[in-house]
Amino acid sequence: MSGIYQDMVRALAGLLLVSLVWPGMAQDLLMARSKQSFPEAMSALQNAIIKRGYRISRIQRVDVGLTKAKYKTDKYRVVFFGKADEVKEIARRHPDFIPYLPLKMSIFAEGEQTLVVAMNPEKWTEFYASPWLAAYFKRWTRDYHLILRELTDEKP
Amino acid sequence: MRYGAGLLFLLLAMTGFSAEKGKLLYQRHCAACHGDRGAGGVGVPLALESFQSSITDRYLFNTIRYGRPGRVMPAFKRMTDEQINAIVRYVRSFTPHRKLVLSSAPVRGNAGAGKQLYRKHCAACHGLDGEGGKGTGVTFSRPRDLPIIAPALANSGFLRATTDQMIKTTLMRGRQGTPMQSFLKKGLSEQQINDIVAYVRSFEKAVKRKAAEKRVHLAKGHRQPIIKVKSGYDMATTISNLQKAIAASNYKLIRTQPLEQGLVQKGRENRRQTILYFCNFNQLNTALAIDPRVGLFLPCRLTVVETGKGVYIYAINPSRLAELYNNDRLSRICGAMRDTYLSIIEEATL
Repeated sequence: MSGIYQDMVRALAGLLLVSLVWPGMAQDLLMARSKQSFPEAMSALQNAIIKRGYRISRIQRVDVGLTKAKYKTDKYRVVFFGKADEVKEIARRHPDFIPYLPLKMSIFAEGEQTLVVAMNPEKWTEFYASPWLAAYFKRWTRDYHLILRELTDEKP
Repeated sequence: MRYGAGLLFLLLAMTGFSAEKGKLLYQRHCAACHGDRGAGGVGVPLALESFQSSITDRYLFNTIRYGRPGRVMPAFKRMTDEQINAIVRYVRSFTPHRKLVLSSAPVRGNAGAGKQLYRKHCAACHGLDGEGGKGTGVTFSRPRDLPIIAPALANSGFLRATTDQMIKTTLMRGRQGTPMQSFLKKGLSEQQINDIVAYVRSFEKAVKRKAAEKRVHLAKGHRQPIIKVKSGYDMATTISNLQKAIAASNYKLIRTQPLEQGLVQKGRENRRQTILYFCNFNQLNTALAIDPRVGLFLPCRLTVVETGKGVYIYAINPSRLAELYNNDRLSRICGAMRDTYLSIIEEATL
């Protein structure tokens, strides 16, 4: 069989597969498990966020306070990020959305692997009826999926 | 001929397609909690042979479809039957196991007698009222007492997914690799086991009552996505008052910063949007122990915003966000957290 045939069949099967896996099954929390250790996954997460045009505004170390308070805990960070112009514009037009800004993802060690968790931006459409905000939620959802997929090396 | 070969190839591709689909669906929706090959983590270890040998495909299917309300496992309501079946087939491929075939006939037993036996033999792990073990699955990166968290039996998802015969089988055989022992080996008779099954099934009434109470709770203003209160003071006084109120409520103020900090050049941030982060480490640790994913909304935060109409204090509503985690214990903490936010804001704006 020719190479072109095989490529076509593979592409067709791939398309069918993706169409069956993706449609409308959004969960409120988006999660990804990276096979990388915590420091490597942390670095990969930051790179993936920056690659989508966001700026990391802060990395909050949750575990340090806990360890100091003598709790045994995981390696745990919250990564805050955003785009300055977006944050400015949203804060101006929709101050009610400010409590959710900047955007964030949490990342923590799970044995030798690492978990990344984010609230699914689609969930905000239940909270805010604004079509103007909805456009942001849609784009953030796509960006979140791409960021998380990069961490899991998933290639559907 | 070439078309025939193409069709044949397509058919072969489609055969492997179903298995591949299950794997992809699993990776996307399950692996983060249950591990790539079911080793467990936040979720239970699905690959355990004794687990696989004591459940039916229907149990797995219904567990995915209905989840465990109030526990971590979400309900995948929007998946098609075909998609769930693909995941079930993939999960079944993790470990060689005996295929369990059970009748759907109810088990006849005395729930009253079962209650006494349950309290003696089951309550220590599954909770006095079947609420299940504390915590969220297992995370091996922190010390945990058990390799698996005892399931909540008084749970609508569990009761819907399981059958009397499946509960009975688990009681009779136990589950190797977990603290669940065979009750036959512990010396109980088959009739006594039937009595326990009848008692576990009787949890359904309590579950329905609890669901009705939850609906009432959600109707009482806990569904607002944010808390918003107008302050009668100017920006600086409001921030100062909040800092004092936070300290007075036994929280440690972590930092006060502009919303735009780190996003724009230092010194050019809009100071009329200021965030106060604060924390109580005891509370933080308790919340993380229930569900490690809750760090997403930590530390606690209030935001002060000055607009042309005045100064406002904003916060996310923890009660509303609790629904993301599907965990009753966490919902209670989030409800208390909402009250704390309101109390701090009230004190600062009086």
